[in-house]
Amino acid sequence: MSAETDQAMNQRAILDVRNLTTEVATSEGSKTIIDNVSFQLAQGETLCVAGESGSGKSVTSLSIMGLLPPSARVKSGEVLLAGHNLLTLNDRQMQDVRGGDIAMIFQEPMTSLNPVMTVGAQLVEAIAAHHGLRGSAARTKALEALDAVRMSESKRRLVQYPHELSGGMRQRVMIAMALSGNPKVLIADEPTTALDVTVQAQILALMNDLKRDFGTAIMLITHDMGVVAEMADRVVVMNGGSIVESQAVMNLFATPQDSYTQKLLEAVPQLGSKQGEKVESEAGKPDRQAIVEIRDLTVRFDIHGGLLQRPVKRVHAVEQVSLDLFPGETLALVGESGCGKSTIGKSLVNLIPWTGSIKIGGQEIAGLSSVHMQPIRRNIQLVFQDPYAALNPRMTVGELVGEPLIIHRLAQGGELTDRVAELFRRVGLDPAMMDRHPHEFSGGQRQRICIARALSLGPKVIIADESVSALDVSVQAQVLDLLDELQAELGLSYLFISHDMAVVEQISHRVAVMFLGQIVEIGPRDRVFENPQHPYTQRLLDAVPIADPARRRTDRVLPTGEVPSPIQSLDYVPSIARLTDFGGTHFAAIEQEGAD
Amino acid sequence: MTILGKLIRRKLSLFGLLVISVTVLAALSADWITRYAPDYQPFEGLTLEGAPLPPNGQFWLGTDTLGRDLFSRLVYGAQTSLIIGVVANGVSLLIGSLVGIVAGFMRGAVGAILMRFTDLMMAFPALLLAIVLSAIFKPNLWIVAMVIAMVNWVQVARIMYSETVSLAERDFIEAERSIGASRIRILLRHIAPHLLSSIVVFGTLGISTTVLLEATLSYLGVGVQPPTPSWGNIVFENQSYFESAPWLVFFPGFAIVTLALAFNLVGDALREILDPTLKGRH
Repeated sequence: MSAETDQAMNQRAILDVRNLTTEVATSEGSKTIIDNVSFQLAQGETLCVAGESGSGKSVTSLSIMGLLPPSARVKSGEVLLAGHNLLTLNDRQMQDVRGGDIAMIFQEPMTSLNPVMTVGAQLVEAIAAHHGLRGSAARTKALEALDAVRMSESKRRLVQYPHELSGGMRQRVMIAMALSGNPKVLIADEPTTALDVTVQAQILALMNDLKRDFGTAIMLITHDMGVVAEMADRVVVMNGGSIVESQAVMNLFATPQDSYTQKLLEAVPQLGSKQGEKVESEAGKPDRQAIVEIRDLTVRFDIHGGLLQRPVKRVHAVEQVSLDLFPGETLALVGESGCGKSTIGKSLVNLIPWTGSIKIGGQEIAGLSSVHMQPIRRNIQLVFQDPYAALNPRMTVGELVGEPLIIHRLAQGGELTDRVAELFRRVGLDPAMMDRHPHEFSGGQRQRICIARALSLGPKVIIADESVSALDVSVQAQVLDLLDELQAELGLSYLFISHDMAVVEQISHRVAVMFLGQIVEIGPRDRVFENPQHPYTQRLLDAVPIADPARRRTDRVLPTGEVPSPIQSLDYVPSIARLTDFGGTHFAAIEQEGAD
Repeated sequence: MTILGKLIRRKLSLFGLLVISVTVLAALSADWITRYAPDYQPFEGLTLEGAPLPPNGQFWLGTDTLGRDLFSRLVYGAQTSLIIGVVANGVSLLIGSLVGIVAGFMRGAVGAILMRFTDLMMAFPALLLAIVLSAIFKPNLWIVAMVIAMVNWVQVARIMYSETVSLAERDFIEAERSIGASRIRILLRHIAPHLLSSIVVFGTLGISTTVLLEATLSYLGVGVQPPTPSWGNIVFENQSYFESAPWLVFFPGFAIVTLALAFNLVGDALREILDPTLKGRH
């Protein structure tokens, strides 16, 4: 940026952060977590602060808002809001600024809303605080605020409680509350990370409209380069507490200057990256025997309620799903939260009760006792989503990786140590780290430990349940590479459960799309991604943010509805979609009406 | 030992540790540090009018209405209070943990029956239950300890139950099930170690509750029976002389409060030190 435009920028800037340095008190003395961060935000502009976990992007926003935890403090710098330094304000003055001139929305809208107050009461409270309105005037304003965020049935929502709303609707309420003070600046900290991709698209579109209509300046903090590409005017990339690069969005994606940004962008899985590439489908070869055969798998849970804890509602998690998984292939199971994809994974290892038929390596596992299930478990292993939660924090990682071998009486003593060391090397970890505990490892390393644990029994099938979605993109790419390598070497089959279409495109041979407990489309990856038949698949693909601002779509029509719920009354009989053959093992349930 | 080191480094828990050590040492060496047996009535223990003596060079904390040395009674009373504190609390911890962990792990019918029984016990006023039990069994040191245990295990059971339930739903337990770990293995290797810190904390915090309950029972006359001294029954025996001889109530009362406070301070510090959420994630 030249000196003159820099000058012009400073004058237009509504929020001007100068040389912000924040430190945190640790047992080893104070440690700088934000180092000399400067950026400007102009009216009607969206500035994306992008970075991986630990980059300091959230701490930056908390420093601006004066919401740092007691152990942290701003050491030096200025935060100028329309020329006034916020850092010199006292708590009382800062309260007026928060929710007034600057509003903030957070990642998890459920925890940010008060669960025992109606949506209307919370909105009225925010409006009363900033406009001094009371009674019916405040209620009218609350209704307007809900209409402004395009909330369906806004009148009814006023008297509902947060738990009665879906995640997307809650985030709309949060935005309505944030906007009720007519803020000049809206800070959004990962506002769509907890939402499904179709809902994310709606919320992002809403934020864009609000920026256009009200001229609000938006500071959007995100780890998702796809969201950056869709939303940003300018981008600030942070790493290790410092800004490594600051550019207009087009330039950043076209010519990233800093090596970290380059690496980050390279690691981002791009939807459409495999366009035109054919896959060799195992399913297409007539003589192949499936390693996992699922027939009419149905999983329903009763929800108990009332005084006698009788069943009152039923969750139709999975309805008559049939699937085959062939040796050496990766079958992706995609869909949004609540579609039943994880339930299928858990059914395969008998973690939950189910009906239907599942054959693993030709052997039926329906009704098997845990003793008879034991040899089958050796063939099929699960890798969980959250590597932080899936490892017992009190055991050493060596014990954890060796545990399956002990349980299945496959090794002990020196042989056990050797096998565990071998597994560590296999997943790219140093066996010398065996005596450490899980919390001493990073997220990516922990997921490698989980994979080593799953590999220890020499399985033929690995179910990866959202196994890379909790990881930063650069780490995600490494773990995906590891999975690829293992498949090539050991001939593993993966059932890859994921909500992330871009990752799925990268790794899978075949894709099955799930909606409300049923498969609505299944076929080779290239067919499903390039020629999706079912409207839900099309919608899902269309909603994925593309990490390329040159391909930004401004004209897309977004559905406004919410994903229907799988919870039904006890006498509900679901209609089962019949799959139509589109040739080349590509099937879709296009006669089904329920998808819209 | 790092836990002890951490306890010593905190001022409040160091104070608690000191009080507890002094009390334990005094109780252990009671025969050597006291001048009189707790039930000995020396001739010079009362004024000529028969009134108790205030603290002086010979009777450090004064004498009680029977002319017995209050210091000796307090030191021997510490034995009673500590035995009850440790034994009663240990037994209630054992019963409570067993019931809570089994109910939380088994769930289903077994869990429901155990926890409804716990609720039933909880619904009884603790003091009333203790009085009834003491009335049935003639109270002595061990009976009082058991009565207190019968009353106190309920709290432990409830907490152990809810902790076990939430542990059993953690991802890593599901991960264990998916590799084929048996239920016993999951319980012993993966759930029990996580409960250990709660059990240790309860072991200390519970002692103060127990000491106080013993004092209450003794005060009501259904605790440890005279002439065996306990801190509670010293207060009970002397309460009507509160105005003329305030030291008779003040010293044992002070001892009860200080020891209970000490165990609370140590228990709270232990809870912070052992809290896995403070050290588990970075």
